[in-house]
Parts: sequence; structure tokens; C-alpha cells
Amino acid sequence: MNKSDRSWLGRALESLQPILAVLLGLAVGLAFTRFAGESPLHVLKVLYQSAFGSSYDLGMTLFHTTPLIFTGLSVAIAFHAGLFNIGAEGQLIWGALAAAVVGHAFPHLPGVIAPWIAVSAAVIAGAIWGAIPGWLRARRGSHEVINTIMFNFIAAGITSWLVIEPLRNPDTQNPETAPIGEAFLLAPFRVFDDAPVGPAFLLALVAAFLLWLFLNRTSLGYELRAVGQNEHAARTAGIDIARIRIFAMAVAGGLAGLVAVGEVLGNAGRFKVGFSPDYGFMGVAVALLARNHPIGILFAAFLFGALHKGAMDLDLETENVTRDLALVLQACVILSVSAEGAWHWLRRVGSAGKKRG
Amino acid sequence: MIRSSRLWIALIAGLLLTTVAKADEFRVGVVLDRGGKDDKSFNAAAFKGGKEAEKALGITLKTVEASDDNSFEPMLRSLSQKKFDLIIAVGIAQADAVKKISAQFPQLKYALIDAQVDAPNVTSLLFEEHEGSYLVGAAAAMASKTGKLGFLGGVDIPLIRRFQMGYEAGAKKVNPKATVVANYVGVTTEAWNNPTKGRELSLSQYDAGVDVIFAAAGASGTGMFDAAEERSKGGVKKFAIGCDSNQNWIKPGLVLTSMLKRVDTAVFSTIDSAKKGQFVAGTKRFGLQNQGIDYAVDSFNDKLLTSEMRAKLDLLKKEIIAGKIKVPDYYSKRSKTAQN
Repeated sequence: MNKSDRSWLGRALESLQPILAVLLGLAVGLAFTRFAGESPLHVLKVLYQSAFGSSYDLGMTLFHTTPLIFTGLSVAIAFHAGLFNIGAEGQLIWGALAAAVVGHAFPHLPGVIAPWIAVSAAVIAGAIWGAIPGWLRARRGSHEVINTIMFNFIAAGITSWLVIEPLRNPDTQNPETAPIGEAFLLAPFRVFDDAPVGPAFLLALVAAFLLWLFLNRTSLGYELRAVGQNEHAARTAGIDIARIRIFAMAVAGGLAGLVAVGEVLGNAGRFKVGFSPDYGFMGVAVALLARNHPIGILFAAFLFGALHKGAMDLDLETENVTRDLALVLQACVILSVSAEGAWHWLRRVGSAGKKRG
Repeated sequence: MIRSSRLWIALIAGLLLTTVAKADEFRVGVVLDRGGKDDKSFNAAAFKGGKEAEKALGITLKTVEASDDNSFEPMLRSLSQKKFDLIIAVGIAQADAVKKISAQFPQLKYALIDAQVDAPNVTSLLFEEHEGSYLVGAAAAMASKTGKLGFLGGVDIPLIRRFQMGYEAGAKKVNPKATVVANYVGVTTEAWNNPTKGRELSLSQYDAGVDVIFAAAGASGTGMFDAAEERSKGGVKKFAIGCDSNQNWIKPGLVLTSMLKRVDTAVFSTIDSAKKGQFVAGTKRFGLQNQGIDYAVDSFNDKLLTSEMRAKLDLLKKEIIAGKIKVPDYYSKRSKTAQN
């Protein structure tokens, strides 16, 4: 079927498909609340109010969007190289811990360079944690899906121990490190009331743009995509596949490590064990929703961030629906977006109807 | 025209009425710790206190549970922005968030359980856990045949060490030769909610000869009750001691007693006095002497806890209240650092 054969309906469906899919997923998810005895419209209103109702709420939505952009990009770049990075969670934990340790160890650095040093530490720590499974895959052939999952547990275990034993904050019972130096803290933007949204959000936007440039406008990015799309062709073309794989996983880890900027430098001012509500795994969903397109990830992360924040008020404003609805909605959106077959079928029906008419 | 103006009047009257009704309402928000209202222990006690107040005092109650440690602050803020009359934060992990939010909403009232925040609009509710742990430690030593006792902690933090220390001291008071094996489920807040690991640790303690375990582990403690049932199948009974809520009912006949930490009454009385306009900021301590801490006797453990044992426990209780027995306190041992 070539383009001219398609009906206007088929074409419209195709260009609007991602948006339609998201709306359909949300509608189905909200319809579930009917069974819990709530009005879906009321639930939608609560979600909307809580996610965008005030400048603070919008700020909190962006606060949750920021780490999801980083983890989404992390998953996406690995995916472009034909690798599935489920290890963003472990990589971001290491990044956050590294930033907190540097921030605590050198409290007297001047404010101009201090955050940059912490950011570099976070990127390096995340990159190392990503590169190890990358190396194992490239040189030893052990599958990165298994390795990155297991590396999440190893990261959680080691960082928890480090925080509890040598790095513990003696002033509190909570498992967290001592606060970082003042010079490292990034001030939030005033417009969002008191929500901790600051330079990290801008950094996330820049990172997405740079990643898009890298993938589409550089030869290394081209090689990376070639490895992902056809390994044999890439090898025949003389691309060093092992090198590309390790590189992709290192960049993926570094991107995940950048979650530290918003959390440690921009919000808590320390590393708290358990600060992440599975940002790393939500990143997989974000990348999937955006089909690994760096710019699409910005929107997907925003949607998921809004759902995450929006659901927080559900416990307060409804009788029977809890904030876990966010997970249901995210799942419905993912299902409806990834239901390729159904969309193809719809498109066929659309063009067939046109022909008959 | 007339019709529509009537409609308007009706609408405005309706609005006025609802606002009047709303002004009358006393709204209480409770933010629960990890583990949630169904942990049958600590959070369940707080939830119960809130529910009782809802029924008896006619307040409006809203409870929220944290899914991660970063959600305490937005939740407290959300309740504050909606101008709840009293906001109760349950658990030590919320101390920082309460400190920050209470300063931003000085006209609102906050209560914090298990941790201390010094602010003119915060009341901190603290419990003398070591006193109750001492009593159940004594009960455990009296009931034990092997002289080996077990302790199952949730998260390894000073608060839980305080339980353990009191428990050990109580056991040694009754039987100086008693030994206590202690295990902790974990080091992060997730460890409040891991019954599987709680069960595994309890099983291995029972297998090592322990015949009474005391769990201060939130929802993870429910694993201990399953372990007690499993290891009692051979005919020799293994006992468990519950914590915070009265947990005697969970496995009747195997739960020796429960150390009661009356978070429910603390929550209830805080709501009650706030509703009467008698909210007082500062620190309130609950111990044996004001029944904020106790041990549980009911129809489920009536036969397990013999009258001799009860007499001994009540004697110890009196002596602690009178100050004749000094129960070692992990907090004072670690000086100031732990209280926050």
C-alpha cells in the first residue's frame, strides 16, 4: 500500500496515533474507577487539579518529570544500540550517592564550580555502573537484561550499606547521608512557588536535545543506530560493535546518573535511601511510549510525571480510589500505545471504507 | 426571568448552606508511614485512633499512605493547602517534612508521632517503648523453656534498638541466664513492610532453639506469627509477642502477649483536644504511668499468661512507675543524637 492509496481517515489516524492512543488509554483507565463507585470525570478533575492546579502543583509535576526524562533517555540510547537497559534504577542510585558524597566531602568549593563537580561525579558513577553490564555483554556475551536487573539489586545493597555504615548522618534516624555543602545546592525557580524545580529541569531539556543531535547528526550516533538496527550489516561495514555497545551503556548510565542533579543538588541536599519511586523502571515505560525518540521522551515523561503527581491527591479527594491509580493509568496508556496490531487494523478498516465509498 | 432569579437565589442559598456546614466540620488529615494502615501494628494503631475519633467525635478523617520517602512532604503540604484543622504525621521518617511544612503554615496545627519537632504549632508524641519492652521481655523469659529468646527488629535504627535493649533487660531481670538473639529485617524503610523476610528470620531463630520471639517490625512482624504457627506443628509450642497494636488475635494460643504502644489513644486524644480548641504544642510522653505503654491481656492469651506471670509483671510495672527499676534506655545511652 503506498501513500496515495490511503484515505484521509487512515492518514489522520496515523499522524494522531500516539495522541489518540494516550487518550484512549487514559479513558479506559479512568473507566475502571466507575467500578470502584467513583465518577471518572471527578477523578479526572482531581488528577488535573493536583497536577496543574497551581504553580506549585505544576512545579511538582515538573519535579517528577525531570528524573523521568533522564531515565527515559537512558533507556532510549541503549535501545538505539539494540540493548535493553533495565538498570537505570541502579545507575541513578549510584549517581545520586556520588553527588552526595562529593558534596559532603568538599564543602568549601566555590559555588561556581561546585555543582559541576558533583554533576560530573554523578555522571561518572552512573556511567561506570552502566558500562559494566555493557562490557559483559560486548566481551563476554552475557545478556544485559539479566545483568542490568541484577545490578540494580547490587547497587541498592551496596549503597544502603554505605549510607548506613560509613556515610551515615549522625543527626537523624533516617537512612541518609550528611547534608552537602551550601555551594552545591541549586536554587529552585521562584515561579513555581516552593516546588523544587530548578536548573535540573533545563538540563534535562538540553540533554534530550543533545541526544537527538548525537543520534541523528553525528557519525558515532549513526554507527550506534546501525548496530541497533542490523548487527551483521554494521559488522560488515567495519563498525566495532563491542566498543559501541560499551559506549552506549556507559552513556545510558551517565544519563541515569543525572537524576542526582534534581534530587540531591536541587531538592534533598543529601542522599536518602529509597528516594526514587522506581524512576528507573518508569523510564522504560517513558521510552516505550515515546518510541525512543529523545524529543518524544520529553512529552512522555511529562505525562507520567503529571500522572504521578496528580494521583497524590486521590486519597484525599475520593472515597475509594487511591494513588495507585497512577500505575493503572500508566499501564493502560502503554498497552494502548504499543497495541500496534490494533492500529494497523483500524487503518485498514479506514482505507477499506474509503475505497468502498 | 423570575424563574431564573429564583434559581439563582436557590443556588446561592444552597452554596451558603454548604459553606456553613463546611465551617462546622473539623477536618483531620493523617499521613501514614510505609507499611500503611493494614500493617496490623504501628500504622494500624494510628489509623484505628483516627477512625474512633471519626465515629465518636464526628470529625472528617482523611488518611494517606506514603509510597516513597519523597512523598511525605507533598502530602503534608497538600493537606496544609486544603487547610485541614489538624494534620497528624505518623512515624519518624516524617520529622524533616513536618519541620519544613509547619514553618510554612504557622496558622495550622500538626502532630508528629515518634519524633520531636520544636515549633509553636507542632505537638510531638513520644512513647517510652523501652518500658513496655522490658515487661514483655520478662514475660518471654518466664514462658521460655530453653532460655533462648528472639528479637525481630524492622529497620535497624535507634528507635528499634530501644525496644531491643528494654526487652533484653527485662528478660535478664527474670532469668539472668537468658540469651537474646536479635535480627533486623533491613536498613531501609522498605523493611517495615517485608513479611516474607520477617518469616524467614523468625524461622531460623526458632530453629536455633529460640522459643519466644518479640517483633518490633511493623508489617514485617506478621511473618513472625506465620513462623510461630509453622514451627508449633510438631507439638512443642513456639511463642510470639506482638507489638504496637494488640496482636494477640492473629494466632490465638501462640501469641504470649503484645506490647501495646497506644498510638491509637494518643491520636484520639490529640484530635479530641484539638477539636475542643485545647491544642498544646510541645512534647507529650506516653509511658507505663499514663497507660500510653502497656502489655495486652485478653481472651486470646488468657490461658498463656498465667496468674503468677501476670502478678510478677504487674509488680515490675509498679516498680518501674515508682522509679525503683531503671529500665536502660538506648536513647540516653546514645545521648542526644537519637531523639530526632
